[in-house]
Amino acid sequence: MELPDDLLYTRTHEWVRLDGTTATVGITDHAQCELGDVVYVELPDQGATLERDAVFGTVESVKAVSDLYAPVSGTVAEVNGALADQTELVNQSPYGEGWMVRLTVAPDCDTSHLMSAQEYERYVQESGH
Amino acid sequence: MEPLVFEKSVSGRIAARLPDCDVPHVDAGDLLGSGSVRETLDLPEMSELDVVRHFTRLSHRNYAIDLGFYPLGSCTMKYNPKVHEMLARLDGFTDVHPLQPEETAQGALTVIHAMERILAEIAGMEAACLQPAAGAHGELVSLMMVRQYHRSRGDTDRNVILVADSAHGTNPASAARCGFSVRSVPSNDRGLTDLGALRSMLDGSVAALMLTNPNTLGLFESDVQEICRLIHEAGGLMYCDGANMNAIVGVARPGDMGFDVMHFNLHKTFSTPHGGGGPGCGAIAVGRELEPFLPVPRIADRGDGQLHLEYGRPHTIGRAHSFYGAFLVAVRAYAYIRSLGAAGLRQVAETAVLNANYVRARLRGHYEIPHDRTCMHEVVISASRQKSRHGVRALDISKRLMDYGFHPPTNYFPLVVPEALMIEPTETESRETLDAFCDALIAIARECETEPDLVRSAPHTTVVSRLDETAAVKQLNVRWTPPEQETSV
Amino acid sequence: MSYTPHTDADRDAMLAAIGIESPENLFDPLPASARLSGLLSLPERLDEISLVHHMRDLASRNAGASRLVSFLGAGLYDHFSPAVVDAVISRGEFATSYTPYQPELSQGMLQAIYEFQSLVCALTGMDMANASMYDGATAAAEAALMLVDAANRRQVVVARSVHPHYRQVLQTYCTAADVSLVECPYGDGVTDAQEFRSSVTDATACVVVQYPNFFGCLEDLSALLNHCQTVGARTVVVTDPVSLGLLKPPGAYGADVVVGEGQGLGCPIGFGGPLLGFFAFKSEFQRRFPGRIVGMTQDGSGRRGFTMTLRTREQDIRRERATSNICTNEALVALAANVYLCSLGPRGLRQVADLCLQKAHYAADVLTKECSVKLAFGAPFFKEFALYVDTRTPVHDLCRALRGDGYLAGYPLGDAYPELHNALLVAVTEKRTREQIDGLAAAVVRHMGRGGA
Repeated sequence: MELPDDLLYTRTHEWVRLDGTTATVGITDHAQCELGDVVYVELPDQGATLERDAVFGTVESVKAVSDLYAPVSGTVAEVNGALADQTELVNQSPYGEGWMVRLTVAPDCDTSHLMSAQEYERYVQESGH
Repeated sequence: MEPLVFEKSVSGRIAARLPDCDVPHVDAGDLLGSGSVRETLDLPEMSELDVVRHFTRLSHRNYAIDLGFYPLGSCTMKYNPKVHEMLARLDGFTDVHPLQPEETAQGALTVIHAMERILAEIAGMEAACLQPAAGAHGELVSLMMVRQYHRSRGDTDRNVILVADSAHGTNPASAARCGFSVRSVPSNDRGLTDLGALRSMLDGSVAALMLTNPNTLGLFESDVQEICRLIHEAGGLMYCDGANMNAIVGVARPGDMGFDVMHFNLHKTFSTPHGGGGPGCGAIAVGRELEPFLPVPRIADRGDGQLHLEYGRPHTIGRAHSFYGAFLVAVRAYAYIRSLGAAGLRQVAETAVLNANYVRARLRGHYEIPHDRTCMHEVVISASRQKSRHGVRALDISKRLMDYGFHPPTNYFPLVVPEALMIEPTETESRETLDAFCDALIAIARECETEPDLVRSAPHTTVVSRLDETAAVKQLNVRWTPPEQETSV
Repeated sequence: MSYTPHTDADRDAMLAAIGIESPENLFDPLPASARLSGLLSLPERLDEISLVHHMRDLASRNAGASRLVSFLGAGLYDHFSPAVVDAVISRGEFATSYTPYQPELSQGMLQAIYEFQSLVCALTGMDMANASMYDGATAAAEAALMLVDAANRRQVVVARSVHPHYRQVLQTYCTAADVSLVECPYGDGVTDAQEFRSSVTDATACVVVQYPNFFGCLEDLSALLNHCQTVGARTVVVTDPVSLGLLKPPGAYGADVVVGEGQGLGCPIGFGGPLLGFFAFKSEFQRRFPGRIVGMTQDGSGRRGFTMTLRTREQDIRRERATSNICTNEALVALAANVYLCSLGPRGLRQVADLCLQKAHYAADVLTKECSVKLAFGAPFFKEFALYVDTRTPVHDLCRALRGDGYLAGYPLGDAYPELHNALLVAVTEKRTREQIDGLAAAVVRHMGRGGA
């Protein structure tokens, strides 16, 4: 299971990369592995405002649907349009080309509830999923 | 591979022999308006022998109860007696029109009326209605009645349906269709409704609790009377998902347990053929309080020696089907019940439960059995041991069973058991069949240890092996389209 | 009598294997207070001979189209079904199988459903079709609710010329979903264009119209659908698949969803069930439609195969967020329709539709010329037409008298349309002969006297 050190993680298996006031969000390698081949990704419109923990979209494999939860509050600045017809990017490159949304967040964005790579790894092992 | 009917089509062929026109012929365009007549219609053109061979060959590519054991949990794949097929094809049943005057359809009305009384008796409730076309339709219609019932009492804030976490997906989906929000009630470590959790969820917003009993783990909800009491105390109603009635028919009645409304699946409990996914019949039964809300028309016996269709019912939710439901399915179910009688039906339940417990006993030690105590008509085993030790999943074991000549059990349901395999043998299967099936599952458990790849890559003997379901979604092809016409010179 | 196979020896051995003494112990998990004491109170059991006798007796108390010459339609029709249809659907391999969850063991049914979907698309002129619905009425209701969800508008307009039962089912579904349903009146047998334009607005999610409509008449589909387009309302067209042997399909007019009752395609009337709802739609609704759909794909060795697909819309995966709760549909009836359509082919279906058209017009001519009845409407009709009966003779009385002569004369429209209390809806299928039609006219003359033009 690939877990980049420079990202923060949620209990609902999203990752977030914080760069100034831009937060890039996707799902983890573990999550894509559990889902299997992703066949559909539903993302919000640009400009949508998201509260932390709000559902902002869904990701589907052939036989499962998972909600996507916003790791932090923010406004949708960009969605990954490539996922409209290249859903396999989520499986092939979950932390790279498979990213889902970029949010504009407040400069003092609270990340204290998010996990580090080590914490997330332990969480996945302990919860057995 | 059997080609598609479109690929077998040869221009100019026709199977049906139709009459010539015996009235003066007028151009269709003149009668309908020339712009209304279609120019092309891409249907296949086949001889009768082409048609017969095509569908007979397709039938050879289909597994069925008539071919072998079909222990699909929650689906009650029991034998469908042949005499019922003959009876449902009698002219007097197939040719009667639902809008004929009542006095010319008394036989049909009698079947429906008798079935309603029989189902009410089996349910232990006041009345029954055959209008819903399937179990999910029965749920929907029932929840519409629940909604109307509360509103009729001015109780308009009841917008929550509680659903057990082990429930069929249709329960929450039906509730959402009626505008209810759904809250999931957890199971406890005995696989039964967690009473403590349930108590904490009860308030004035609860419209009803939907409970399957026995539940989808194959376990009887032994606290059912207390659950009914709690829900009623909170002002809610109790819905029984009757998918699992085969376990208790003639032994116990939902109405006596405290349920207010339920659906039956005539295609499960009462042995009408599943037809590859329908037609079914999702008859419902209700207690006295919900009776005024039943769909119309009702069939009334006014004591004048005739049965009547009755529409003037002010509280009805309305009509839920084009006519009166799947009548010819009801004919078969009626014949089934009449040929068994009360003692025979009780024996159905007893034998169904005996068979499931026998399978449980035979598989003990070979598979994990999450709730290894007396089960009802089905037993849920888990392949979690095979998964963690050998990387073989419930799906793989299911596929491998096909190589042994069996239809797999339901897998990955209920959701509360990891790697679930839900086995429902039904009462019509013999001990030899159950033994052969258990021997196969035991042999597969051994293969998981010795040759896991063999199981993971199964099935090996079917007309196709595992299909690319991802491609089925991503390169969606759900209809035949004619190949590009080549331009001819 | 029992269908259970166990001998006493089997039962004893199985109880021993389970480790219990008596079959009674199997029900130990049931508290005594939840159990039935004694047996159910049911009619006595019947052996097979008595059962057949009893059922034949019940069947003989119905006088359907095999005993009366039927001109009764109103949604279900006495069409011809070739013997091959019942021969195929009687095969246990189809009839006793379940929903094809395991594609490796269900290729036969899956391929048949794929073919059915393709046939429905060809008939209706639509992009996609699902594996079937319960019946025409619930298919129409599901279609309307799907379009409501898609539109974020909460009003549905239904033409009063749509089958009254379909409108009632639509009302039942709309009430439960808190959707408002508005009825649009008809004029001369078809939807009133002006009323339609004022009823259907930018608040309307969708419109439900029928083609041919309940009176048998052809609506001006292109005018109706054009108006819908201008206000952004979507359209559900209810249709009779037999008519599509001849008529330009609703898809060609731009319908968003085409639904209907497939009973005429090889399924008996059977006192109204089981029936066959079909549901065809534009591909933009491929993530929203209700029910099952089968797709073509390949296995690991490149062999063509079929499987249920687009499954994440469904209740077993998405639960309360499913697009519908439907799971069991009418697969075996859809198979019958598949066999029927293959047996007829394009020329056969066209011939059936044309026979209906010709005979219906012949019947309308003969009846209006010889009897004191007249056509209720001037709009073009297909296989069914409404007659005004001389007001001195109540329609029900006339029908009763004609029944005595061996005819089911039609559907008294006053049962559903009070304003048409002296009108009769007459259906004529390819099975009716000129002799039967002339016979009906002669009987009407006997009861009402000669009249007409």
